Amino acid sequence: MRQYDIVIIGGGPAGLAAALEAKKSGGQRILILERDRELGGILNQCIHNGFGLHTFKEELTGPEYAARFIEQVEKEQIEYLLNTMVLDISPEKVVTAMNREEGLFEIQAGAVILAMGCRERSRGALNIPGYRPAGVFSAGTAQRLVNMEGFLPGREVVILGSGDIGLIMARRMTLEGAKVKVVAELLPYSGGLKRNIVQCLDDYGIPLKLSHTVVDIQGKERVTGVTLAKVDENRRPITGTEEFYSCDTLLLSCGLIPENELSREMGVVMNPVTSGPVVNESLETSIPGVFACGNVLHVHDLVDFVSQEAASAGRHAAAYVAAEKSGEAAASSITVKPQGGVRYTVPSILRPQRMEEEQILRFRVGDVYKNHYVSMYLNGERLAHRKRPVMAPGEMEELKLKREQLLGCPAGSELIVTIEEA
Amino acid sequence: MKYDVIIIGAGVTGSAVARELSRYRLKAAVLEKEEDVCSGTSKANSGIAHAGFDAESGTLMAKLNVEGNQMMEALSRELDFPFRRNGSLVLCFSEEDRPKLRTLYERGVKNGVAGLRILEKEEVKAMEPNISDEVEAALYAPTGGIVCPFGLTIALAENACTNGVEFYFDTQVTDIQRADDGWKVVAGETVYETRFVVNAAGVYADVFHNMVSARKIHITPRKGEYCLLDKTTGNFVSHTIFQLPGKYGKGVLVSPTVHGNTLVGPTATDIEEKEGTNTTQAGLSEVREKAARSVKNLPMNQVITSFAGLRAHEDGGEFIIGEPGDAPGFIDCAGIESPGLTSAPAVGKMVAGIIAGKLQPERNPDFDGTRKGILNPAALSKEERAALIKEKPAYGTIVCRCERITEGEIIDAVTRPLGAKSLDGVKRRTRAGMGRCQSGFCSPRTMEIIARERKIPMEQVTKSGGGSGIILGTNKDRL
Amino acid sequence: MESRELICIGCPMGCMMTVTLEDGRVTAVSGNTCKRGDVYARKEVTNPTRIVTSSVRVDGGELPVVSVKTREDIPKGKISEVMEALKAVCVQAPVQIGDVVLADVAGTGVDMVATKNVRAAAAR
Repeated sequence: MRQYDIVIIGGGPAGLAAALEAKKSGGQRILILERDRELGGILNQCIHNGFGLHTFKEELTGPEYAARFIEQVEKEQIEYLLNTMVLDISPEKVVTAMNREEGLFEIQAGAVILAMGCRERSRGALNIPGYRPAGVFSAGTAQRLVNMEGFLPGREVVILGSGDIGLIMARRMTLEGAKVKVVAELLPYSGGLKRNIVQCLDDYGIPLKLSHTVVDIQGKERVTGVTLAKVDENRRPITGTEEFYSCDTLLLSCGLIPENELSREMGVVMNPVTSGPVVNESLETSIPGVFACGNVLHVHDLVDFVSQEAASAGRHAAAYVAAEKSGEAAASSITVKPQGGVRYTVPSILRPQRMEEEQILRFRVGDVYKNHYVSMYLNGERLAHRKRPVMAPGEMEELKLKREQLLGCPAGSELIVTIEEA
Repeated sequence: MKYDVIIIGAGVTGSAVARELSRYRLKAAVLEKEEDVCSGTSKANSGIAHAGFDAESGTLMAKLNVEGNQMMEALSRELDFPFRRNGSLVLCFSEEDRPKLRTLYERGVKNGVAGLRILEKEEVKAMEPNISDEVEAALYAPTGGIVCPFGLTIALAENACTNGVEFYFDTQVTDIQRADDGWKVVAGETVYETRFVVNAAGVYADVFHNMVSARKIHITPRKGEYCLLDKTTGNFVSHTIFQLPGKYGKGVLVSPTVHGNTLVGPTATDIEEKEGTNTTQAGLSEVREKAARSVKNLPMNQVITSFAGLRAHEDGGEFIIGEPGDAPGFIDCAGIESPGLTSAPAVGKMVAGIIAGKLQPERNPDFDGTRKGILNPAALSKEERAALIKEKPAYGTIVCRCERITEGEIIDAVTRPLGAKSLDGVKRRTRAGMGRCQSGFCSPRTMEIIARERKIPMEQVTKSGGGSGIILGTNKDRL
Repeated sequence: MESRELICIGCPMGCMMTVTLEDGRVTAVSGNTCKRGDVYARKEVTNPTRIVTSSVRVDGGELPVVSVKTREDIPKGKISEVMEALKAVCVQAPVQIGDVVLADVAGTGVDMVATKNVRAAAAR
């Protein structure tokens, strides 16, 4: 069986950054397994600009951002396999993969980094009633067709969901010659960036209907129209508010789901809130030596933070491999508990001895909060109390924690992260 | 063109009849208005091989159901389609409904259903831990099974095709006229002369019947809405769970599918429109609510798709099979609603028997009743799979990541007899696009393969034929 | 005197700002919470510019299209002209990130450049 110290599942932004940082941290024999025909993942179809402001201090398009990492991976001579699907990972970290050149093969990994990304919520999962004609696409599928293949999937478009992909696609399809009639959003606020609302919708006069959803899809062969309705505070359609929009295309941009089928099958403990693995400060899952980062861990808004998080996973994976070799013992842990409007934190377990000097805690809130505080309590004692002018579910938040703040606290300690009023 | 038999409709019934007829030296053709087999009622149903205790004793429905159920296992081996005898349970929720359970039991025994037993609560709970605590008793039918409706229909049609039956798609029959020694079946510009017509037109069977017979029949499309759950729920129940019709009306079923999903439904709403396969808010809610009566904590957040099918319900509530009396040579297969899928193999035999009795045809000496389905690489050992990829590298590329379908399987689906022409055609044959992402990732790749193998431009690849094109233009073409 | 309403794009706050103009010159910005809002508002009402991204066809490449962008911002009013100018563009593989696919697009003085590497297709 082939042996690698670190096998990375996925060659998107997370996998690439994890590989590079693992290498930089002294990792040897690193292998990236990518199912698509090129490295870069979904960045390849995100041809709009706005990537990399944090990482490179300039605005790049998705393919350019990916290329910066791919070039380094090439330069560092990190091995990768394309068109290669991982079928199974055993708890002993035997990775079973397949491609057309090598057939079915197994690799014994010292550490595994899960970086499979996420998928879009489908029409079926959204329970939208109506017919099932051609012309209903997830925004990402449409994005691939338009941006990577040059095909226009529709002429007259309605978009459900005002997340960033939906907004970006409203502009893309308009620029390429389609008419985007309306963007409907179930929630009373958009999950997308303000910048995208202004530059993708307002610039082109595309209306955004908040608290609206699609209640019917018409058309037996191809979509001929959809019916929108206003929803009440429980997100239920209000009878009498229906409005018909004729169109040939419905794009769905209604949320992303981490793709954790491999993780689940190998027995990794999952967090039901994020649909990603439960991880500790090292971004290590419940299976020692198996790490997770990027959208497979929790869905991000900005790729810069994916790269940052993945780098951390890469560093820790390299350290794990080194420690395994030296037989270093594990450490005691603190549980992080989200409360009062904080939906989850990543990581959710902290082992102070294993923490780096500065630890980033990422989290999301469940509602829009203006002029509120984010607070942290360790065993009842307040560690932090930071004012935030605005927090919204669509924007990932972060807190920084110093290792010295946690060193020496007793086993079984609890760290509470919560939102407090001014 | 002169035929011995023209079959209208390439659903499960038409395909079963076609396959049985292909045992004889007959010139037979199937006319289908859609672009593929299994495009109407046959594609959207519960996928159940019913045991046969539902239909009134003595009816054709009861007889053909039990026969069809008995034939299914051997047929699934001959034709290589997924079938499993998982057993079914009819749940009874109150003491007062017990007599109804008893009636079902007795009816089943009379219909010839083997192995029926009435189980008490504890036994039911032991068999199905997720069953509702409200359950009092249940009728257990070990012969109940689950079958892939696409697999069954496509297998029958493919086997009929390789044994010489012609199939014409996108061919909508517009008129049927009497001729000297049979019928003229008109489909637009084309006229098919034939000695026999088999009317297997599903919800349209009344239209064709009424063209030729004065004894009118009437079919109501009875809509059934379903939700399909992710494979992660595959072990939620292992038997097919029915509800005894009670004061809450006719219940819905919760069942595993042969592919490891969980299926919940159907509703039953009579509608006018014969193409009314839209789901509704009310219907999907009803499925959810009624299923909750059978099982505890059904993970409805794991729904990956919902769909609606139309049952061809005839006013008499019975299968109408045979000549109407005033139209010799015209053979109805009308009112084929549940248990139509289960009964199809028996219906096929019965109809072929009627025709063979009249025409006394010779046996088809070349008839081969076996068919190999699309190779499922996941069923192979690691060594076999590696060898397969070495020989045919297309089996090394996964196209549909959710269902793990390879390019090799998709190529097979497109290039075999009666091969897939559309995304839905590929989906029904291989399951590519049927998984949790619902073809979000794989549809552009599958379209490429269809375009390449069928030598058509991408713009001509459709979801399901006709006007269901997926790509409407190229970037900037209208700027 | 005229005034225009703007939503600030600087951060999730999305401040509703009012910009007052006189003879096309900004005299006041209100409603913003921070300096970034002020800067954005002044630019947006006097000289709104955008980066335009799209894709153009590739001949003889491993991929059928290559993504492109305007190297710098172009006036917002020129966006549709830029798109139309791209309609006729087809580049020959190989393409490197930064290659000019159309110089001085739509008379903006800005070049349209490739944002992805596309290798030439292997000879058949």
